[in-house]
Amino acid sequence: MRVGLFVTCLVDLLRPRVGFDALRLLEATGAEVVVPETQTCCGQPGYNSGDLAAARTLAQKLLGEFRGCDYIVVPSGSCAAMLRVHYPRLFVGCPESAAFEQLAAQTYELTDFLVSVAHLQTMPGNFAGSVTYHDSCSGLRELHIKTQPRALLARMPGITLREMREPETCCGFGGTFAVKFGDISARLSDNKCTQAADSGAQAIVGGDLGCLLNIEGRLRRRGDHRTRVLHIAEILAGDAEDGSCK
Amino acid sequence: MQVNTLHFKRTAVANLANPQLQRALQRLQERFVGTRAAVMTEIPDFEALRSVAAAIRQHTLERLDHYLEQFEREVTASGGHVHWAEDAAAAQRLVVAIARRHGVRTVVKSKSMVTEECAINEALEAAGLEVTETDLGEYILQLAHEPPSHIVAPVVHKNKEEVADLFARHHQRPRQQGIAELCREAREVLRPKFLAADMGISGANFLIAESGSALIVTNEGNGRLATTLPRVHLAITGIEKVVPSLDEVSILLRLLPRSATGQSITNYVSVMTGPRRAGDLDGPEHFHVILVDNGRSRLLGSELEPMLRCIRCGACMNHCPVYQNIGGHAYGWVYPGPMGSVLTPIFVGLAEARDLPNASTLCGACAEVCPVKIPLPDLLRDLRVRQVARHLRPWPERVALRLWTWCATHPRLYAFLAAVGARVLKRLGGTRGLIHRLPFAHGWTAGRDFPAPAGRTFRELYRARKAK
Repeated sequence: MRVGLFVTCLVDLLRPRVGFDALRLLEATGAEVVVPETQTCCGQPGYNSGDLAAARTLAQKLLGEFRGCDYIVVPSGSCAAMLRVHYPRLFVGCPESAAFEQLAAQTYELTDFLVSVAHLQTMPGNFAGSVTYHDSCSGLRELHIKTQPRALLARMPGITLREMREPETCCGFGGTFAVKFGDISARLSDNKCTQAADSGAQAIVGGDLGCLLNIEGRLRRRGDHRTRVLHIAEILAGDAEDGSCK
Repeated sequence: MQVNTLHFKRTAVANLANPQLQRALQRLQERFVGTRAAVMTEIPDFEALRSVAAAIRQHTLERLDHYLEQFEREVTASGGHVHWAEDAAAAQRLVVAIARRHGVRTVVKSKSMVTEECAINEALEAAGLEVTETDLGEYILQLAHEPPSHIVAPVVHKNKEEVADLFARHHQRPRQQGIAELCREAREVLRPKFLAADMGISGANFLIAESGSALIVTNEGNGRLATTLPRVHLAITGIEKVVPSLDEVSILLRLLPRSATGQSITNYVSVMTGPRRAGDLDGPEHFHVILVDNGRSRLLGSELEPMLRCIRCGACMNHCPVYQNIGGHAYGWVYPGPMGSVLTPIFVGLAEARDLPNASTLCGACAEVCPVKIPLPDLLRDLRVRQVARHLRPWPERVALRLWTWCATHPRLYAFLAAVGARVLKRLGGTRGLIHRLPFAHGWTAGRDFPAPAGRTFRELYRARKAK
């Protein structure tokens, strides 16, 4: 089984350890993992800003880079949804249509892949403590990622899940929305921070780095420097005490 | 109604800082979101039912000409009149002409968003007629000279203290405290208006083609008084509201009140067919329907056509995290929330409403609850595409996107820039790893820190690891 890891631009630039933790998880499934080095961005910023030509260009680039993979795994619900749901729409009636349909069928969000395809039972990580899980919108509503991360967390003996109120309400990130409508976005993330804090969990966990940066940014501005904000991969594969880069 | 869509951001920011409004929005969410979820459990298979509902609406749109002509024939056969309004101005002229033809001096209205869309009250008042809104919420807004902030609960932004002040001032009576007392007072003031009115104006939630009927769902009973007591009944609604028969209505009615207010059924469901017939105990002498296009037919066959399936339940705004925090007035016109962010650019112009399609995180909560499965995020995205095609986006945004895409298609340059960026951001983050101010991203850092990265990109570290 040849699995291509699409790291995503945010992880590459801002939190590389999420990429390495995803890699560690995929290797734990016994798969042969490849990480195409020319990969960049899936085209979501252009797509959601109305620039379909930009999105098509980057989609074609990605298609070429992952040719030969049985699966493409993405540690982000919104980027995975871009490949799975939106790429085929961009090429309806085009000669590349079938290739993008196939790419879509091969693409999985990380936790979905670990649960539904690889059936990973033992997590390589040793994180211990209480966590609350934020359901990022694209993963939840476009890919139905809801039970998968919770199933994986349940397989880690040291973890207690404390659900927050409204785990399915948007954190206010929305890509460029967070910059274009900063005040509204910050209010939504503030609401999310309050709900997460009320859960009493030591860490806020999610599957999309964009949402996590948004939540962490608001949390720190509110003066909370203790609650950790972590990607699910960092929990499942990470070393609880290791804050450095691997 | 005045168009204030260009002030979206300013109004939104003011509303975020308005504690009274925030409490009102909190109550709306508790009331409508919670009760909707509870009442939907009465339906064995919500997904299946809304698929049927969406198919009914879609079928009607595909044969809209047929059903509208059938509707007109049936209205005429039952003694009524159908009028066609191409735009808001035409609707205004028709309303005034109908009022003049029947010697109307006073008008009572039941709630109708299409009359807001077409500024019917303003037209009637300019023609010297007295117009009274009789839906309690709309009546309060008429006294306050404010636009509605929600399509189902128009006065949701006001609390009972404000209403008490308003009533005391306008009714010249002692100030009442309780909601029941305020309702009684409104009833006492409005009752003579109903009895004296020459014409009643209503909207129509559905138009039934097979019988030429207009159907309205209400909770207060004012709709029935307004449509039966006056000599003339005029229903004004959009051309897309037609459905083939009562069979389809019965399916849509299982979803409309549940989605809107969390009720299994509204207190009143009124089906009005033609004027009073010989032997009828009540009903108007004259029955008119104005069918408003106002840009709707342009959507047929376009990417935005699914928007015409809308049955105006308001569930999308009740569940929208943006609406929940900024309220309806920020959207600047008649229709707020996700459905408004699609409709308003269509009605008032893509340039005039340029913020609206972008004022959404595309979280999809709206589409998830929509009873007729309108893919609202896709429609908002389509409007963004239209804005880009018409060069309506600000140039810094266009340049930034172009640059990003260009870099992303040149992997070596991209890798270099990302490596530089990671180092710069790390440095900006200082010892705590938090960036408090970012140039070009003030929108982010005004209310949030930006967590700084570790200083080296994944691809650098991965290459180093492989080289070992």
